[in-house]
Amino acid sequence: MSELVLPKINKETVSKKEYIFKKLAKIINPENVLSHVDEIKPYETDALAAYKQTPLVVVMPENTQEVSNILKFCHKENIKVVPRGAGTGLSGGALPLQDAVLLSLGKFNKILEIDFENKCVITQPGVTNLGLTHAVQHKGFYYAPDPSSQLACSIGGNVAENSGGVHSLKYGTTTNNILGVEIVMMDGTICKIGGKTLDQEGYDLMGLICGSEGLLGVITEVTAKILKKPQVVKAALIGFPTIEEGGNAATEIISNGIIPAGMEIMDKALIEATDNFSKAGYPRDAELLLIVELDGTESEVDGLLKEVSSICKKNNCSSLKLSNNEKERLSFWAGRKAAFPACGAMAPDYYCMDGSIPRGKLAEALLEIKSLSKKYNLPVANCFHAGDGNLHPLIMYDGGDKEQLRKTEEFGSEILKACVRLGGVITGEHGVGVEKRELMCEMFNDKDIQQQLDIKKSLDEKNLLNPGKVYPILRKCAEEGRVHVHRGEEKFPDLPRF
Amino acid sequence: MFIEVRKNSQIFQDSNKTYYPEDETEVSSVVKELYKKNLPTELIGTGSKSFIGNKIQSANKLSLSKLSGIVEYLPEELYIKVKANTPLEVIEKELKINNQELAFEPVDFGFIERGKSNIGTIGGYLSCNFAGSRRFKVGSARDHILGFRGVNGKGEVIKSGGTVVKNVTGYDLSKLVTGSFGTLVALTEVVLKVLPKKKLSNTIIIHTEDKKLVNELFEKISSSSSEVSGAVYIPDEPEDKDYKNNKEMIFKFNDLNSNGSFLGLRLEGDKAAINEKTKTLVSELELNKMNTSILDTHQSVPFWKKINNLELFTETKNNLLRAVIPPSKGDELMQKLGNKYKYYVDWCGSLYWIEVQAKKNMKIVEIKKLIKELGGYLTIIKTSPDYDYEETIFTVDDTRLLISEKIKKSFDPKRVFNPGRMYRGI
Repeated sequence: MSELVLPKINKETVSKKEYIFKKLAKIINPENVLSHVDEIKPYETDALAAYKQTPLVVVMPENTQEVSNILKFCHKENIKVVPRGAGTGLSGGALPLQDAVLLSLGKFNKILEIDFENKCVITQPGVTNLGLTHAVQHKGFYYAPDPSSQLACSIGGNVAENSGGVHSLKYGTTTNNILGVEIVMMDGTICKIGGKTLDQEGYDLMGLICGSEGLLGVITEVTAKILKKPQVVKAALIGFPTIEEGGNAATEIISNGIIPAGMEIMDKALIEATDNFSKAGYPRDAELLLIVELDGTESEVDGLLKEVSSICKKNNCSSLKLSNNEKERLSFWAGRKAAFPACGAMAPDYYCMDGSIPRGKLAEALLEIKSLSKKYNLPVANCFHAGDGNLHPLIMYDGGDKEQLRKTEEFGSEILKACVRLGGVITGEHGVGVEKRELMCEMFNDKDIQQQLDIKKSLDEKNLLNPGKVYPILRKCAEEGRVHVHRGEEKFPDLPRF
Repeated sequence: MFIEVRKNSQIFQDSNKTYYPEDETEVSSVVKELYKKNLPTELIGTGSKSFIGNKIQSANKLSLSKLSGIVEYLPEELYIKVKANTPLEVIEKELKINNQELAFEPVDFGFIERGKSNIGTIGGYLSCNFAGSRRFKVGSARDHILGFRGVNGKGEVIKSGGTVVKNVTGYDLSKLVTGSFGTLVALTEVVLKVLPKKKLSNTIIIHTEDKKLVNELFEKISSSSSEVSGAVYIPDEPEDKDYKNNKEMIFKFNDLNSNGSFLGLRLEGDKAAINEKTKTLVSELELNKMNTSILDTHQSVPFWKKINNLELFTETKNNLLRAVIPPSKGDELMQKLGNKYKYYVDWCGSLYWIEVQAKKNMKIVEIKKLIKELGGYLTIIKTSPDYDYEETIFTVDDTRLLISEKIKKSFDPKRVFNPGRMYRGI
């Protein structure tokens, strides 16, 4: 892994570690302040495990006032703070700093109010994404954004990263599914934004906080919108003999006015990998596999499935299966959901990229990735959230081989640059973090970045909250930073990633 | 000072001290000059919503009206990229050709101001972030902006977002700029998410004077999986003959008896889906026990158009308030409003349009206090000629105001754009 440049270490802070520890132990319950190396080691990385750094101290406040008091103290003493949710982020957004207090929201794990009348849940940020759905599903409701790590990722982290999921095209990402947040600014100010109403007046501060990767405020409460489950959900599993035909079918589905609840594409390499791994019964002769999920009323879904089938047949599909029951629908997804571990089984390491491209550019993107794969002599498998244009190429390599690692990083960089060239972006859902920081210049010029930095400065004038993340430190498009998942090093090996 | 600017500027300025830049580069040049000379300036498009917000005391105007036209429209990618001052009518017309639409259903404020359509430009619309009846189902204008280009208060061209729905690259400035009433950025180009138009629309009308029942129905509708995409309640005003006549004239449809109070709920989709959803709703809402009728698509489409044109308050000379509350507080609010005010309820019980008579400004203060107590917010959309501006047009608390001031400064440090339009000091 390339050397990661982090903000300059404040030696004075490091030398005052004892003082800081003692002060923090007075601000909150001393049992919730950790500084012994054995205690803080688990916090040294998030799910981007290639980067590690033990923090100065770890604090685990239990309520908003404690968060405010901690931040007020750190602000006064010029101490950096890195907020952390469940630590499942893939871009190193919660990577600790040697001279920073790591603020874990782990104890904010309660749902505060379930309000079916107003269709919302007020929750602390440490509650898991799936925990929200579990709390309301007995009445037929659910929380729509479903990032693949939903079993473990926290709702606060979802807000910080503006997490999506496979249903983003129809149901939006986090920013479209929350009504309010409570945040604490770096100077300790507590601010309530939104509430139980739709929209808010004035500047859309909630929109700004969503996806700000912990740089503008610490999220201490979230009001999330809940939706009634659709009456019927059905899926189709379709194989295509060529990438182009499959890509065209996906585009045609959308241009025919169909908005699928989910639409996923896998290439041949991934079809084989997942079918070997999970025995999903995928058509192994296909070059491209399309899963289309539709929801709504019975006749609506059946009608749309008919349309999807005819579009796929017109585009020369080689196989077509429709789910007849819930079990079958889930079996269609089984292989897709095993995509990441399947790649993990094929090589010592795999490296997951996350870019977005316009849907119609899929064939072009896949062909380019194929030729890059030849150039670097590294195998790659691709999955694509075709509904929303989010592409996840998985490069397989051996991290023990330094040269392969370097080549993998270059390969990854070239893929993301290609995404931008095709009209897309360098991150669809994993965030920028430290991983893609220097690639920001591929998308933005100095003025664009400066405007964002000015916002940061206006709300955190000393640049103490999560510094060194999102924005380039080197201010040049350096070849660094990508998501590496090393077997044995991965923090959440059991989490499905798709 | 103004003459000095004009002398130095290559950009055309008319006798009303209005600049008309032709493109983004010219917008940037003008703003750089305004910034240098410290000149507060009002940003204008076609002026269709210039009556909303506080009055601006600025000698100069910057018209963005020449930045108009569709830049790129890819129906299969579900986005349209337009210059910021493209008229909404042009965009909607183009989308209609491809059976697509702006799902947030833009509100036409022309009727309340001048009695006829004047929907304005997309840039102006986004700056206000209002959404029509479909809001509770599909989101607001801010949920449909994917990216923008614009000029900040220093004259720098900046951009954010892109053309794809999944994008977490940097702060989401598109959201911040939407609803900022032109106080942060002069928009030059925007990218909007577009969605397929539903084939048919039906509206079930439920006649009832029972407000408690209305709120119960709103609750059941929002808990239903039948995907109701509009739910509005129009109460009757038996004591005001003019209003009553006006109401009956506006909602004159073959299958609607607009004499009395009624609730309208919209179902969209193909014929089979609408039938299926109707069947479910008949049972969920126990509609067999009520006095109902159904508007077919030919009546349903104009019905919702009239709702979103605010036609009930056409050319009102009174104050018009827009209040948003948690829907569970509907009973309380309706009780307090009693029959003292003319109002109607949209967004399935969340949005109230309330008219307050001229010379009764104190009533606005009372209603605003009540709305805040109910956990909502209130905007004074139109003011009567005697309105004294003592009560703020928008609702904001001190902390949010402080943060907003800081953000304003980061975009527009000298307060060149629309100073005071939203809040004092911004």
